[in-house]
Amino acid sequence: MTLPMTISSVASGLIGGLIFGFALERAGFASGCKLTAQLRFKDWAVFKVMFTAILVCAVGLYVLDLAGVMTFDSIYIPTTYFWATLLGGVGVGAGMAIGGYCPGTSVVSFMSGRIDGLVFFFGLLFGTVGFAGVYERLEPLLDALPGPEAQTVPELLHVPTWVVLVALIAVAVTVGWLTRDKSSQEVCKPTSLRDAGVPMGAPRGAA
Amino acid sequence: MSSPKPLWNPYLAGALLGLGLLLTFVMTGHGLGASGFTTRLSAAVSHTVAPTATESNAYFGNMVGEDVNPLDSWITWQVIGLAIGALIAAVSAGRFKISIDGPNKLRISARLLLAFLGGAIAAFGARMSLGCTSGLGLSGAATLATAGFLFLIGFFATGAGFGLLLKRYWR
Repeated sequence: MTLPMTISSVASGLIGGLIFGFALERAGFASGCKLTAQLRFKDWAVFKVMFTAILVCAVGLYVLDLAGVMTFDSIYIPTTYFWATLLGGVGVGAGMAIGGYCPGTSVVSFMSGRIDGLVFFFGLLFGTVGFAGVYERLEPLLDALPGPEAQTVPELLHVPTWVVLVALIAVAVTVGWLTRDKSSQEVCKPTSLRDAGVPMGAPRGAA
Repeated sequence: MSSPKPLWNPYLAGALLGLGLLLTFVMTGHGLGASGFTTRLSAAVSHTVAPTATESNAYFGNMVGEDVNPLDSWITWQVIGLAIGALIAAVSAGRFKISIDGPNKLRISARLLLAFLGGAIAAFGARMSLGCTSGLGLSGAATLATAGFLFLIGFFATGAGFGLLLKRYWR
């Protein structure tokens, strides 16, 4: 069998998406409070979930590559454009701190009934149209300092892939251990519509 | 109303997410995303409102046209799956509830304004980097791409900076 398989886009999209949405909701990522609590260093769930997911998938891809079943050449690896990639991260980070979500989690948020998630989603459409409006003027910046195509960290550092994987696992275990008591699950409670409209000082948990 | 079920352990949720991501790579050769869909939806909406301007736009132009539907794409099905998966998870855990999240010391109107502003900034960023937290941060980093980690560094440093600035609006 050769991988990746050629499976219909409808089926693969729905299956991948279902797992994605289910896992994000079960992690608590429908809550803008929970997501931004990481950025206030009150809760380390975002780091733990992201890092675990990256590592599980990265180790899986590594094993598939070693076994020759699905090599790294056959999968999509994004290319760095230094300023565009970095400033894009800056924008998405600022957007999450200010608005509570990122594009994917805003969908999870409004599917769990959160109105601010839906408003964030509308903001995404507005921002995209704004980007399209200035795209031509930004192009020189966006194309600047391209890295080697599909470069990976092992290639950048000239070390074997397993070294990078072990280093990332060490970071995950260390941060996980240091932050083992940090979870704000009880603190994050969205305002129900019954309380909405009441300005600051609304009684918590009154609904 | 019974209280919602507790959230999953973050390592368990992360492992499921990682396996779902790996399965997506095995099925399609690429990872998961989100902003690819919002970009296509923006192009579609823009094309409905202002067809001529959208078709001549340097960014949207090649996504729209007479016989081209910007939403006819893998990422559309993936985001439909994402929405259904999230709904199933929220309802089955007793967590589906019409509510408003956000900085709980602020008025509802201010929270919604921040949500809109944050969404606009995030989308602008995700278009610069050709991917958002899902497409570049998660899927890119899982391939160990330099781009994924550079994105995550910018994301986390800026997010934490603004997060600490806005901390006072959270209880």
